[in-house]
Amino acid sequence: MNYILGAFKPACNISITLNDGKTRKQVPLKKENGQTAMVPLFQSQETIAGKISVEPLQGKKVDHNGIKIELLGQIEIYFDRGNFYDFTSLVRELDVPGEIYERKTFPFEFSTVEMPYETYNGVNVRLRYVLKVTISRGYAGSITQYQDFVIRNYTPPPSINNSIKMEVGIEDCLHIEFEYNKSKYHLKDVIIGKIYFLLVRIKLKNMDLEIRRRESTGSGANTHVETETLAKFELMDGAPVRGESIPIRLFLSPYDLTPTHHNINNKFSVKYYLNLVLVDEEDRRYFKQQEITIYRTAETSS
Amino acid sequence: MISDGIEDEEKWLTAGIAGLQQNAFYMHRALDSNNIKDALKYSAQMLSELRTSRLSPHKYYELYMRAFDELRKLEIFFKEESRRSCSIIELYELVQHAGNILPRLYLLCTVGSVYIKSKEAPAKDILKDLVEMCRGIQHPLRGLFLRSYLSQVSRDKLPDIGSEYEGDENTVMDAVEFVLQNFTEMNKLWVRMQHQHAIGYSGLQGPAREKEKREKERNELRDLVGKNLHVLSQIEGIDLELYKDIVLPRILEQVVNCKDDLAQYYLMDCLIQVFPDEYHLQTLETLLGACPQLQPSVDIKTVLSGLMERLSNYAASSVEVLPEFVQVEAFAKLNNAIGQVIEAQPDMPVFGAVTLYSSLLTFTLHVHPDRLDYVDQILGACVNKISGKGKLEGKTTKQIVALLSAPLEKYSDIDIALKLSNYPLVMEYLDDSTNKVMSNVIIQSIMKNKTHISTADKVGALFELIKGLIKDLDSDGNDEMDEDDFKEEQNFVARLIQMLYNNDPEEMLKIICTVKKHIMTGGPKRLPFTIPPLIYNALKLVRRVQSQDENASEEATTSATPKKIFQILNQTIEVLSTVPVPDLALRLYLECAEAANDCDLEPVAYEFFTQAYILYEEEISDSKAQVTALYLIIGTLQRMHTFGVENRDTLTHKATGYSAKLLKKPDQCRAVYACSHLFWVEDQDGIKDGERVLLCLKRALRIANAAQQMANVTKGSSGSVILFIEILNKYLYFFEKGNTQITVASIQGLIELVTTEMQSDTATSDPAADAFFSSTMRYIQSQKAKGGATAEKFEPIKV
Repeated sequence: MNYILGAFKPACNISITLNDGKTRKQVPLKKENGQTAMVPLFQSQETIAGKISVEPLQGKKVDHNGIKIELLGQIEIYFDRGNFYDFTSLVRELDVPGEIYERKTFPFEFSTVEMPYETYNGVNVRLRYVLKVTISRGYAGSITQYQDFVIRNYTPPPSINNSIKMEVGIEDCLHIEFEYNKSKYHLKDVIIGKIYFLLVRIKLKNMDLEIRRRESTGSGANTHVETETLAKFELMDGAPVRGESIPIRLFLSPYDLTPTHHNINNKFSVKYYLNLVLVDEEDRRYFKQQEITIYRTAETSS
Repeated sequence: MISDGIEDEEKWLTAGIAGLQQNAFYMHRALDSNNIKDALKYSAQMLSELRTSRLSPHKYYELYMRAFDELRKLEIFFKEESRRSCSIIELYELVQHAGNILPRLYLLCTVGSVYIKSKEAPAKDILKDLVEMCRGIQHPLRGLFLRSYLSQVSRDKLPDIGSEYEGDENTVMDAVEFVLQNFTEMNKLWVRMQHQHAIGYSGLQGPAREKEKREKERNELRDLVGKNLHVLSQIEGIDLELYKDIVLPRILEQVVNCKDDLAQYYLMDCLIQVFPDEYHLQTLETLLGACPQLQPSVDIKTVLSGLMERLSNYAASSVEVLPEFVQVEAFAKLNNAIGQVIEAQPDMPVFGAVTLYSSLLTFTLHVHPDRLDYVDQILGACVNKISGKGKLEGKTTKQIVALLSAPLEKYSDIDIALKLSNYPLVMEYLDDSTNKVMSNVIIQSIMKNKTHISTADKVGALFELIKGLIKDLDSDGNDEMDEDDFKEEQNFVARLIQMLYNNDPEEMLKIICTVKKHIMTGGPKRLPFTIPPLIYNALKLVRRVQSQDENASEEATTSATPKKIFQILNQTIEVLSTVPVPDLALRLYLECAEAANDCDLEPVAYEFFTQAYILYEEEISDSKAQVTALYLIIGTLQRMHTFGVENRDTLTHKATGYSAKLLKKPDQCRAVYACSHLFWVEDQDGIKDGERVLLCLKRALRIANAAQQMANVTKGSSGSVILFIEILNKYLYFFEKGNTQITVASIQGLIELVTTEMQSDTATSDPAADAFFSSTMRYIQSQKAKGGATAEKFEPIKV
């Protein structure tokens, strides 16, 4: 048995070390198996450089047709299993075909890499960046090793950031005016606002503010839309009367948000909405949804 | 049904407490291990129990208090934590991540309190934020408790003058703003409760039932709202100016605008109770201005009465404050306000109006004791209000009595009341029985204070006032009045009449005339009570005039002559015949006769006697009464010295005649021997007609004999010898006085007669007679033993 097990073991250990691995910030990333691992964090136009070390198992030699390292940016759509769209693919040949008898290291560098899209883990879609080392072999099959990393891109605060203000209602039944202080929020932002009751003829029970994420994948007839409610934040308890004004203060930091993504490589979009929900005593729901833009700022990155 | 509801509620409460305790346990564990995340999580879960809608205010309070205790521990933790790892600002944000609003806000208030303490941000900003954020709770019960919590934790952190949180940009204004806003919001929530379902209301109970329950629930919560006013009143920095310009107008604005009677009543009352009197006094106009704007159903009389009572006490507390009252024209303002309130609340029962006036009156008496015109003004307004309202209900009249009694108590002088022109007008509106009650109050006041009512005019006014006692009022008249009560009240009137006095006979006569005029209207039931005191009062005057005349007779021009008075007396007593109470009238005639005798007015005295005799003859038929009357006549006549021989003879003769005509023999006998005294007056110039004395005694003896024989015939025994012993005593009396007609022999004979009678077989033993006889004998012995002339005289009598 040991012998058989040994046969399936890779013939060598491959490790990928980044030059600034000790100092680079690590962030958690959810892996395919559901576990979370800490991976290095980059942003677009950074240089990714490091070493690959190949160490054959004791007393074995590795016979190969060449060693390469790739930097891949992939979009994976789950219902379209197996289909990876590589929107970025950079290759560095590390070694010509030959044999490796003992531990050997190869430096590599991808300088100023353009990585416009952020790492994203959604319901139906995943956008990942990975360093892939391949030791090509003939009959024995290639040996590969992956190192995930995360890309976050920071945007400056938008120059125009209007508040969202709107009056909505059901005739002779309920009229409200709500206001969110901005239309664009960064990830650690606070939504400030208020709801003003102009007319209340129904017995309300409570009012929530929901943050909803709408993820659409595919295009045309194949578009899949998945909506998640990420936050359900109670704003009001009880029945207000005309003239009441209810404050809103919602901190975004506790929620697992991403920036808004528009049509990423024609494959998917992620949008955020604030959904104001009023519930009456008979559990009827009245709601109004407003899109907001979420962006990432450098200051608040943590 | 209802008990089910209560049981259910108990169950909910138990469940709520259990949930709260469980989460509190986990919270403590997290606190012990400094795990802030878990601490927040479990505290939020713990506070979620307060989200229940199933408990009545009372039960909810129980739950709230448990949560409150736990929050104190959390607050201490926050305090330590903010010094340790997590800054207070971070904490302030962290607690706001809670998804449910109620736990979130409780936590926010708790951290907020620590935040203020840390002084890392201006107190005013934090307070403002907290009070704003609490708007999220629109549910009345939960909102009230949350805000009450906020009020509680912030109380000692308000930027008040002298507080460590005051200074820089934090001023007392911020404290005021904060409390006022919290108050306003709480009141809104409280008022809103009225329009929502009562907790546990099933819909099967009637709407009235529900309303009642709701009001009960609301009343249980009112102190939460009122607490804010209390907090305001505790803020040192609120001086009069601030109160006048900001605090009061804002409170009143809320009170008026909420348009809820329960709240308006409670808050007005609260407002009046918590703030100092001098503030009220200085802002009277504003405060009163709000009153007419309140809902018509608000029990404003109690509110205003409370205010006036406070102001009255304030005025009473120190003389120095009185000028303030005058300066702000407190009376005019109050009076005006009351008028407006009454106008604004057309449905206000008369009772309410009267209560208001009554309070105002109390106030006036305290503050302006010198302003009788104010008092009169109030009474006048009261008359206006009650006129045309028809019959007043019981409690209203009671209130009127209080209203009318107040000046009496204050001034202890009925004179004051008599000066008030509206006083009698108010009394007009009382029903008969209340009128009587009031009259009693008046009389008792007079008697207690021994007030001298010294002029006829005043007496007239007074009697006009208490006419409820003086005569039957127009209505049915003979209402079922308790005999004893009637007697008692009439006795009061009698005592009152006794008290009337004026040194000047002229005026006194006038008073008597006035009283007479009034009591004459009293009807047969009252006259027997009221006439005697009047007569005696008049007789007192007669004696006074008489003695003055003796001292200085030159003032003959006065009308207050005895003659004149006797005329009045005669007329007065005459009225009694209509009652009829002949024995009383007879007594009075005899009293008058005696007085006339003292004045040497023979014809007058004779006239009185004549009247007495007529009464005796015509009206007194009861034999017992006859005996009594006759004794009176004899006694009085015996003392008369003014009569000439002729008149005296006539009267004496008549009296003797009456005596012989009495029904019972013993009565006859006794009356006849009593008549003997009419002929023997131990005066200097009194008549001493021994012969007629003896005649009388002999006649008495005859009658006694006859009586004995009659007893023998009818009962078979000779009856008592007591009459003989009595006659023997008369003999002895006249013998001793020197009546020569009474001989030793006759006495001796009488003694023997008695002895024989007593020893005879038929005699019935009578211990009283035996004792009487032996003491008579002992008397004779003692006279003998005296020595001198008396002994000599008695010596011949053998015993």
